[in-house]
Amino acid sequence: MEFFRIKKDIPFMSYGRLTTAISLITFILAVYFLAAKGLNLGVDFTGGTMMEVSYPQAANIEQIRTAVQSVGLSDVTVQNFGTSRDVLIRLPVKEGLSTAQLSEEVMAALRKADDSVIMNRVEFVGPQVGQELYENGALALLLVSIGIMLYLYFRFEWQFALAAMIANSHDVIIILGFFAFFQWEFNLTVLAAVLAVLGYSVNESVVVFDRIRENFRKMRKAAPKDIIDNAITRTMSRTIITHFSTQLMVLSMLIFGGEVLHNFSLALTIGILFGIYSSVLVASPIVLFLGVSRETFVPPEKKATEEEALP
Amino acid sequence: MNRYPLWKYLLVAISLIVAVVYSLPNIFGESPAVQISTSKIHLKIDTELLERVEAGLKQEEIAYDAIFLDASGIKVRFANPDSQIRAKDALNQLLGNDYIIALNLLSQSPAWLNSIGALPMYLGLDLRGGVHFLLEVDMDSAMTQAAERYVGDFRSAFRKDKINYLGISREGQTVQIRFNQAEEAKKAERIINRDYADLTVRQSGTGNEITLTASLSMVAQKRIQDFALKQNIQTLHNRINELGVAEPIIQQQGANRVVVQLPGVQDTAKAKEILGRTATLEIRMVDEEKSDAVTLDNASKGQVPFGDEFFVDRNGQPLLVKKSVVLTGDYITDAGPGLDQQTGESVVHVTLDGRGAGIFKQVTRENVGKRMAILLIEKGEAEVITAPVIREEIGGGRVQISGMSNIKEATDVALLLRAGALAAPMEIIEERTVGPSMGEENIKRGMNSVLWGFAAIAVFMIAYYMLFGSISVLALGINLLLLVAVLSMLQATLTLPGLAAVALTLGMAIDANVLINERIREELRNGNTPQASIQAGYSRAWDTILDSNVTTLIAGIALFMFGSGPVKGFAVVHVLGILTSMFSAVVVSRAVVNLIYGYRRKVGKLSIG
Repeated sequence: MEFFRIKKDIPFMSYGRLTTAISLITFILAVYFLAAKGLNLGVDFTGGTMMEVSYPQAANIEQIRTAVQSVGLSDVTVQNFGTSRDVLIRLPVKEGLSTAQLSEEVMAALRKADDSVIMNRVEFVGPQVGQELYENGALALLLVSIGIMLYLYFRFEWQFALAAMIANSHDVIIILGFFAFFQWEFNLTVLAAVLAVLGYSVNESVVVFDRIRENFRKMRKAAPKDIIDNAITRTMSRTIITHFSTQLMVLSMLIFGGEVLHNFSLALTIGILFGIYSSVLVASPIVLFLGVSRETFVPPEKKATEEEALP
Repeated sequence: MNRYPLWKYLLVAISLIVAVVYSLPNIFGESPAVQISTSKIHLKIDTELLERVEAGLKQEEIAYDAIFLDASGIKVRFANPDSQIRAKDALNQLLGNDYIIALNLLSQSPAWLNSIGALPMYLGLDLRGGVHFLLEVDMDSAMTQAAERYVGDFRSAFRKDKINYLGISREGQTVQIRFNQAEEAKKAERIINRDYADLTVRQSGTGNEITLTASLSMVAQKRIQDFALKQNIQTLHNRINELGVAEPIIQQQGANRVVVQLPGVQDTAKAKEILGRTATLEIRMVDEEKSDAVTLDNASKGQVPFGDEFFVDRNGQPLLVKKSVVLTGDYITDAGPGLDQQTGESVVHVTLDGRGAGIFKQVTRENVGKRMAILLIEKGEAEVITAPVIREEIGGGRVQISGMSNIKEATDVALLLRAGALAAPMEIIEERTVGPSMGEENIKRGMNSVLWGFAAIAVFMIAYYMLFGSISVLALGINLLLLVAVLSMLQATLTLPGLAAVALTLGMAIDANVLINERIREELRNGNTPQASIQAGYSRAWDTILDSNVTTLIAGIALFMFGSGPVKGFAVVHVLGILTSMFSAVVVSRAVVNLIYGYRRKVGKLSIG
């Protein structure tokens, strides 16, 4: 079975300007939504309390909200969470109120209203810790980017490192843009997914770059544009098969993983799909644009002796 | 070509066996159990106790599956949670307060596996149910308390050496002493420098208004903070033992934080209450001289005389209590509820240590006939529990605190006091609680994701790459087995995101095999012989696999360093998964391919689709 028996190289690089322009537009859109709507940050980053409770039958949201507000809070969010029996309650950080005790008071109020309530999960994050997690998260993102760039710089050339970073930051921003647009909750687990995507996305670029490097060494007379086209065409099969396989796994998580892993899987899906696009159709044009050629791999003096060695 | 040296085949075989053996414990389920231990040093957990427990259970007609004695105590296994809870109640009654009876879940894996160190994976709280707290020690409080203590010390020291001063007060965390004579200030400074090495003194002002400011040196500050943290951790240990939790985790995190994890705890309210509350006992003298009706009345309206504090005790009587502390809670060694011999009221019996007993003896001797106030301080709020009259000198360090409304209150107060007075109060700054049913559900969800995803990938790979696809799937399966085995061996914490990482890593690991298979196909298409294609496929693909895995590794390591809680679990599994995948995707699959094709003299067509 083979899906991709492609005889001739597809001239991807001819469309280089177009593909880069498209990704630039999506990038700007993503940044716009991030700025305009902002991320729906979870309790992990803002601080506050989040409680997940469930009832044996469909939950009465209004009744629950009244019960929660009776504790003395006004700014609460009560909503269904997956099924009609599961309820998610979000309580903001409140100055002066003993926040750790808050969840206990709320549970007591809920039990008074309806004794059959079951507490599934409580997460309380003090504002200070929330701030720290937020900063740590941003720091992690930054460090991963720098780490990967350094590694690529040592393994390949600087053009590749730069191109990979630009293309893959693009992925990350797109994911964040989606989350901002749809206002899906962005918590620590989703951040883990984003970092995993970053690593995975760079994966892609590396495979293509490897092939480009190999081609530069093998295809002596070809122009850089053609070399890159060939590299992408040859690796296309592998790229799509791998992404498809990974997506199968993520799909399984989306179906079976439950609410906790839902946003996590969403982030991964977007990352995988856009990852193909960016690594192949954005990183490579940038590499071309930055002026990569045979000289990048083979220093001029060596080239002279190689030419002489040819019969 | 395409033949491995013998040692490589052996390596693969051995790692396979190790993987299977060390993953085995995970298949056996868990059964509800009760664990008996004690924190009292003089009590032993031995066969005698074992027999008592057996007899007790038989008497109550509670059937149990197994009972055994090991390093961490006596463990009794039951068939269902009902028997487990009945047993806990029965044993609580039988053995009393000296022993800790905890509910636990014990793995059913056989003993021989345990003896080689094969244990089931360590499940995180979101898979087991339980409570996770992050507590922060209020260091400022500790320093303020220390300063307050110095105020009292200075007063007695200056009185002894007959130094004239205008006033001593605590400003923030420093002590300020005002003088109107430079000579006195100098004398005081000399005394402080001589007797109080922890303090640094600064002089300000001239002439008739000289102020000495004494503050703790940096070294002393750090020492106090370290000590406060360690003492708090010790206190937490004691308190958590009282709660009866089987495998608690209490760890220092950073300079002033403590992580507490209580798996399997159902009653989170009680846990939070016990942990969040701090209780310091303070004994101070009642200010008899100023306790006339007028002054008391003024004080209740806000005009409190200098050096005193106003309280209303439990019976509603107003009191003026001196600020200086005679005795603090650190001197308490034990506290327990009881009944007063004569009145039958609920009381708390408190035992003081040697020094405390000595101080108490002196105070009671010097103040016969006067009233002593016993205060319970919780997070800055003080309450007068009782203010008895000192009838006689009380030696021997035994104090009885009356004024408890009932035996339950006496027990609660005793628990707080016994577990130790905290050097500095703690506050809960992060909490994650997962109910037990949710824990089970999470496990199911995680496993389903992994298994169905694996099945889907397997079907696709076999259909697309045929025999080589099957080998890839085999390698993936071994990858999963290796990962489970490594996680079990390291006893790394498995969380729900961790299970997601297993799924994700498997999804990414297949990439290596896709690379190899695609490369082999390409070589074949270019006209290479089958054996050479296999060789070329593996060697060319290896470089790319290495590069791509390293970048994913970098992301995993960053996540590990900066993540917390469940996300850390994700990072650990992710990183381990990448390492096992590099081994299984390349070495294991090559070994299998070699065994199938490497030894044939003539290979017609490769079954690679």
